[in-house]
Parts: sequence; structure tokens; C-alpha cells
Amino acid sequence: MDDKKTSVSEKVQETQVFKSVFRHGFEDTVRNRVLKVMSNVFLHLHPARIALHGIKIRHTWCMGGITFFLFLILTLTGVLLMFYYHPDKANAYNDMKYLEHDVPFGIIMRNMHRWAAHLMVITVWLHMFRVVMTGSYRAPREFNWVVGVVLLTLTLLLSFTGYLLPDDQLGFWAVTVGTNMARATPVVGHEGPLGEELGMTAYNDVRFALLGGSEVGGNALLRAYVWHCIGIPVVFTLFLIVHFWRVRKDGGISGPL
Amino acid sequence: MAEISSRREEASAAEETAGRDVKAAESCLSCRRQFLRRTGWFGVYAALAGMAACLLRFFFPRVLFEASPIFKAGLPENYGVGHVETKYKAEYGVWIVREADGIYALLAVCTHLGCTPVWFEGDDRFKCPCHGSTFTREGVNYEGPAPRPLERLKIDLAEDGQIRIDKRKRFRLEKGEWEDPAAVLRV
Repeated sequence: MDDKKTSVSEKVQETQVFKSVFRHGFEDTVRNRVLKVMSNVFLHLHPARIALHGIKIRHTWCMGGITFFLFLILTLTGVLLMFYYHPDKANAYNDMKYLEHDVPFGIIMRNMHRWAAHLMVITVWLHMFRVVMTGSYRAPREFNWVVGVVLLTLTLLLSFTGYLLPDDQLGFWAVTVGTNMARATPVVGHEGPLGEELGMTAYNDVRFALLGGSEVGGNALLRAYVWHCIGIPVVFTLFLIVHFWRVRKDGGISGPL
Repeated sequence: MAEISSRREEASAAEETAGRDVKAAESCLSCRRQFLRRTGWFGVYAALAGMAACLLRFFFPRVLFEASPIFKAGLPENYGVGHVETKYKAEYGVWIVREADGIYALLAVCTHLGCTPVWFEGDDRFKCPCHGSTFTREGVNYEGPAPRPLERLKIDLAEDGQIRIDKRKRFRLEKGEWEDPAAVLRV
């Protein structure tokens, strides 16, 4: 029979297993709250406390947060889409159609991914405008602004590489035009200034490296896939970590001047 | 008394030799250690540079599974004067045109941003669907955003008498290269 003074849950909380997992109990004091945040690997990525102006939407627009939220949605939906997508010419377009028609909730995953991608590009620009409007690029935050611009570039690159993956007319011609611009780049492109003088041809310039060949074929699709799913996200995450870290170190999201 | 003073002498002698060692060390921080350190770091940076070079080279494949850039296009007799042959466009991206003075091959890549133009027999023009660039039958751009004429390709006769086109060699009008004998087949 259970002791009426200590309930089952209280008894559970006394066990060694429970104490090993949850180290600081549920005492609702300020000290205990901070202690629990600081000692949890997931929670400690956030500050234990934030300033009140941090949630002032009129000042922050919350665009940075929304952008990050969209990035998380894109990561999750992207991983799910990867279970049904083969990155080769014979399958890519059909897999996209299969996801839309035959995979349970596939159409939701695909559409969420596409919408989130378009919206993330929009929100990252809005976030940038907000930072300009509130002067949050000024000293001592100059470096974080630069990191932000790099993140903007990476967002656009993610968008571009992802655009090719359905292998539809939009994607195919987009990458054709984009890589034809690459071949006109100075020095590294075989049709750009100084390119031919440096020995660049259609078979060894930067366009060749991007496409994995001289034409937009299977190699180009696979490379876009690897850049889109692994290459650029890894770099993006590294810069994102620095970006958030800098905000933390500068005392949380910048307040009104 | 004698012991204490001799110990003092030993201490000061030891200090002097220590002082000499320090001075020697300042001129070359133990030359051997410095050499070893520098060599070691040089090796590390050299290895990293080598790995970076390998990584860069990794992105340039040696073997491609693309259509051969050289192909044959039948006998010259099959081409009428003033005719634009479009049947090699799908597979090779090339139009073959016969004029009174010779046969030439045009690369079916718009010089604006690389889309594939379309031959319109009725208008006697190549038109690009992407941004509206238009080219004459000779390949000269006269409308739309295309900055230069279409490129001509190396064309000659194979041993069996067929027209042979080599897409690797390109000829541009704006560089005066259409005058090159390899750019047109005189038959």
C-alpha cells in the first residue's frame, strides 16, 4: 500500500534513476529556474534571461527569429523529402510528382518546403532591413552584420541549388542561365576576361566544376543535390552559430538606441 | 666560514654560467629546437595545402559521359542551298546551314544567357524563347539582348565524304574568325 503522505510521483522523484536524469527538481524559485536552464544542453543554448525589449515586436519585427524558424521547417521537411527523392535525371521529376500524388502527406511536405524556402528569402531580407533601420549594425556589431550578409548569400545559394532539384523547366533553365553567367566570370570562367589567357576552356573552368561536366546533365543535378542538402547547410550552420553567439555576447538582441 | 664563502663562490659561478646560457639562448632559441619547430610547422602547412589542392582537383572529373563533341551529319548532297537543317539540334545542339558559297554549322546556344533558340522557317530567323533574342540565318544577332552573333563550329569532310562537325572548336564573327577556312565547308 502507498504511504498516504508521499504519492507515487513523489516516490518516483526519490529514485536514483530519476535523479540521474533530472538533477534539479521542480522547485520554482528564480535560482532553480536559472540552474535548470544552465545545466541543460538544449536549454543553455538560450540565455537564461532576456531583456524586455527583446520581445518588442515593433523594434525587432521578429524577422530573424521567423527566418530561423523557417530554416528549421526547411531542414525537417527537407530530410523527409529525401526519403523519396532520387537525384538522377531518370527519377528526379517523377519523384517530385510521386511525392505530390502518392506519398501520404507528401504534398504537404513538398509544398511546405517550397513555401518555406520562398518565405525564408523574403524574411531574411526583411530582417536585414530591420537591422539597418534600428542601426544594429553599428559598433560593436559590425562583424555580426558581415556574418549576416554571408548568411544572406548562403540562403540565396540554398534557394538556387534547391530550385534545380525537381528537374523541371524552371529549374533546368535557371541552372543553365546561372552557370552560363559563371562561364563569363573573369579569370575563372572560360568566356570571361582573362579566362582564355589563363588556359580556361569549357572543360576546366568554374562552370565545369559547378556542373561536373560541360553540359547541364546528371552530374549537375547530383552536385546541386549534395550542395543543397549537405555542403551549404553545414557552412550555413557554422555561420549561424557565430551569428547567434555574437548576439548573445553583445547582451541579447539589440535594444532601441 | 670557509665553507660558506666557497658555497657563495659556487653560487655566483653557477649564476654566471646560467647568465651566459641565457645570453646564448636569446640569440637563437636553442637553434635545434627552432629548426625542428619550423620544419614541423612547415610540414603541417604543406600537408594542409596539399590536401586543399586535392580537394579542389576532386571537383573536375576526368571522364565525362556526354555525347561526343565530334559527329557526322550526312553527305553534302543532302543539303539544299538556303536550307537550315534542324534534325541535329536535339541531340547535338547544332544547326547546319547551306548557303551558295558553303556549308556552316551554328551552335544552338543563345549568346545572351545560354538558352536554345528555335528556327522559324517562315520568318527566316532564329528566335530565343527566353528573352527574345533574334538571329539571322547567318547567325548575326540583330534584335533582343544577345550581345554577339551565334558561334560557328569547325566543319570539314570526313574520309567517307560525310560532313563532320567538331563542337570543341568555336568561331566568333566579332573576332573575325568566320573567315577561317575551318569555319565553313566549301562545296
